[in-house]
Amino acid sequence: MTMAQTLPIPGSAAALPTAAAPALRTVALGKAYGPITVLSEVGLDVRAGEIHAIIGENGAGKSTLMKLLSGHVQPSAGHLEMAGHRVGFADAAAAEAAGVVLVHQEILLAGDLSVAQNLFLGRELTRRWVVDDREMNRRSARILSAIGAHCHPSDRVGSLPLAQRQLVQIARALLEQRKVVIFDEPTAVLANDEVAALLAVVRGLREQGVAVLYISHRLDEVEALADRITVLRDGRMIGTWPAAGLSQRDMAELMVGRKLDMLYPPKRPAPSAVPVLQVSNLVVDHGAVEGSFAVHPGEVLGIGGMIGSGRTELFEGLLGLRPAQGRYILNGKEVAHRSVSAWQTAGLVYLTEDRKGKGLLLDEPLAPNLTLQAMDIVHGRLTLDRRKESTALEQAVATYDIRVRSVHLDAGQLSGGNQQKLLLAKVMMTDPSVVIIDEPTRGIDIGNKSQIYDFINQLVRAGKACIVISSELPELVGLSDRVLVMRAGRIVAELSGDQVTEQNVVYAATSGSAQAGRKTA
Amino acid sequence: MTTSVLTEAAAAPRRFRWADMGPFLALAIVILAGVMLNSSFLSGTNIANVVTRSAFIAIIAVGATFVISSGGLDLSVGSMMAFVTGIMILTMNRLEPSMGANAILVGAGVGLVVGALCGLLNGLIVTVGKIEPFIATLGTMGIFRALITWMSDGGSIPIDRALREPYRPVYFGNVLGIPFPVILTLIVVLIGAFILYRTKYGRRCMAAGSNAEVARFSGVSVARVRTTAFVIQGICVAVAAICYIPRLGAATPTTGQLWELQVITAVVIGGTALRGGKARVWGTVAGALILEVIANLMVLSNMVSEYLVAAVQGVIIILAMLAHRFIK
Repeated sequence: MTMAQTLPIPGSAAALPTAAAPALRTVALGKAYGPITVLSEVGLDVRAGEIHAIIGENGAGKSTLMKLLSGHVQPSAGHLEMAGHRVGFADAAAAEAAGVVLVHQEILLAGDLSVAQNLFLGRELTRRWVVDDREMNRRSARILSAIGAHCHPSDRVGSLPLAQRQLVQIARALLEQRKVVIFDEPTAVLANDEVAALLAVVRGLREQGVAVLYISHRLDEVEALADRITVLRDGRMIGTWPAAGLSQRDMAELMVGRKLDMLYPPKRPAPSAVPVLQVSNLVVDHGAVEGSFAVHPGEVLGIGGMIGSGRTELFEGLLGLRPAQGRYILNGKEVAHRSVSAWQTAGLVYLTEDRKGKGLLLDEPLAPNLTLQAMDIVHGRLTLDRRKESTALEQAVATYDIRVRSVHLDAGQLSGGNQQKLLLAKVMMTDPSVVIIDEPTRGIDIGNKSQIYDFINQLVRAGKACIVISSELPELVGLSDRVLVMRAGRIVAELSGDQVTEQNVVYAATSGSAQAGRKTA
Repeated sequence: MTTSVLTEAAAAPRRFRWADMGPFLALAIVILAGVMLNSSFLSGTNIANVVTRSAFIAIIAVGATFVISSGGLDLSVGSMMAFVTGIMILTMNRLEPSMGANAILVGAGVGLVVGALCGLLNGLIVTVGKIEPFIATLGTMGIFRALITWMSDGGSIPIDRALREPYRPVYFGNVLGIPFPVILTLIVVLIGAFILYRTKYGRRCMAAGSNAEVARFSGVSVARVRTTAFVIQGICVAVAAICYIPRLGAATPTTGQLWELQVITAVVIGGTALRGGKARVWGTVAGALILEVIANLMVLSNMVSEYLVAAVQGVIIILAMLAHRFIK
């Protein structure tokens, strides 16, 4: 831990030369649920015209802190101050009235209403008791263009892509003049170009003199944006530092509290030359997405591209989850009937990017979740064998290091990282030879991330093939032996060896000519 | 170190949840109220009477537990019951001259097949036709009701006199003092519980109702699971019909009228989530008993007019839902 000496002492150098009292300050803020303290002794401040990032692993208390600041949850210790005056927010509406707003991580919009109707939901403008749609549409259009959203005020929110919906959510928070805006992982569902647009929005707020609190798992964003950084760990505040003095590696180490080993496992010896899976002329959604590719035993094949480039659709089509056709050879045998269960029997599984919506039954305990896809393994002669099932769960919990207070908890009560490990255990039940993982580490903390990378590494070392679809470039580049880049529903580039760099992936994913790493397969 | 902690956690017994006991506590309270209000409530004949009368709703509600927990809803059970009853009586009457009492067996078999087919029709409209279960079964509810009215020409379809005596024990008989309908209910519930809690199908039913997308991504055919649930519902309706015929000896256009409401009430106050996912077969039985005990109490005591039975049952379902929310 040489780092601790080279870093400034928290608090001292953090005081910026501004005379005015901070826009929002917490004094010994804490929160306990019964005997369980989730946050204690947090004393941080954010000033007008500053971006203050909050980082920490999942479970560090970031979300709780945000909810305390925005009135969604009441503190059990300490208090808040705004411009030097003590304040208390009875609820989120009181916080908003005082000028503090939280932009939620989850999308909370009414899908059947239009963009403008969503923006003004609960605060509709009226003219003589009649809703004034024209004025609301006008103001909506203004705020949408200000934050770089490409949707129209009359668009139905349910028909918008996820990224646009996220921007609508942000627009809703910014509709009125704010003193403090809190972002909770606003870029979790955005692709790189959209992230850039969003960061510009955040910087714009800073220039207008708004105090911004910014939570993110993406340390590159934090490095690019933040003026100061506060680190939380295990419900305690580790300290606040000026961003200029911290590298991403410093941040990661402060979050974890120990030196990180290499996050990505070393690349393995060259994979076998005979492909385990060969897909030819796969056509999904009546031609919207197409592709041919092969993957070899002992290989991690990365799939890159912007969100909306058809990556997920290509593989959902392969699995028979979308209308699709094509020719497939797995382990030397042609696979004719395509369905999730037929593929699983043949030795191929797919782990969805949508953990909560398509991966796990959140209202059910761990055991039925684990065995849902492979019930035959825990089946006795006539019935499901509860004993085999709980043995399987114990093994999965140990193998995948799923950390739970009790195995009788519902899956929805686990943290994101543990949910992801449970999902991994679920698809691995049948010991497949090809594993497709869509966004292996979305929304999970760095400790769990490195564990999942280790699992992937072990998998391919054992001679299996792994296809990783990822929006996180460092992850894609760090894990993959070979990368296919998709754009507008087509595979436009194949990168291998030294060509696998972030720059090449971005270039192929965004630029007209795809010659950068084009190679014949 | 981590591993040992986890193994202990795995061995720990499942946490007791008061919410799971709700329906049974409610039943106990209702029975206690009955004992205090009227001394004849606890008499053997009255108890046997109450349990026997609840048998039809309980049997149909076991099927409804499948449909609802898999994410569906069946409003047609009451009129399906009348329709199946009508078909069975017509079959039995037609076969009686040639087969004698055996016509009852064949008629029962025909009833089961017709019930299963009615359920299959509902299931296919919902899964292949992709129509909301509420609308699809609202439609078939009207169809079945109209068919029985048409078959009976607006009157009644009585069973042949010669069959009354041999068929009688199926409703009025008993084994070791336990009324036959009660035994039948118990068998249906045991089979239902076995399928729901111990088989792959039961697990898939729960998964389809809990989150259909997760089920689909896990290789479960949600359409097949839901269709099967409707077929099970149809078979349960037929079983209830077999037991019901000897009671009144006829099918009429009002047979089973509004039973769908009692059935759904029994399922929901029994703790099965209306949005699907959580199935509580024994809770369903408790729910059916609660409804019947309350009706019985209102008849026995003179405090409230028995015309208000449906109103009280309506209050019960709302209270049960509120209790469920606040206990959680």
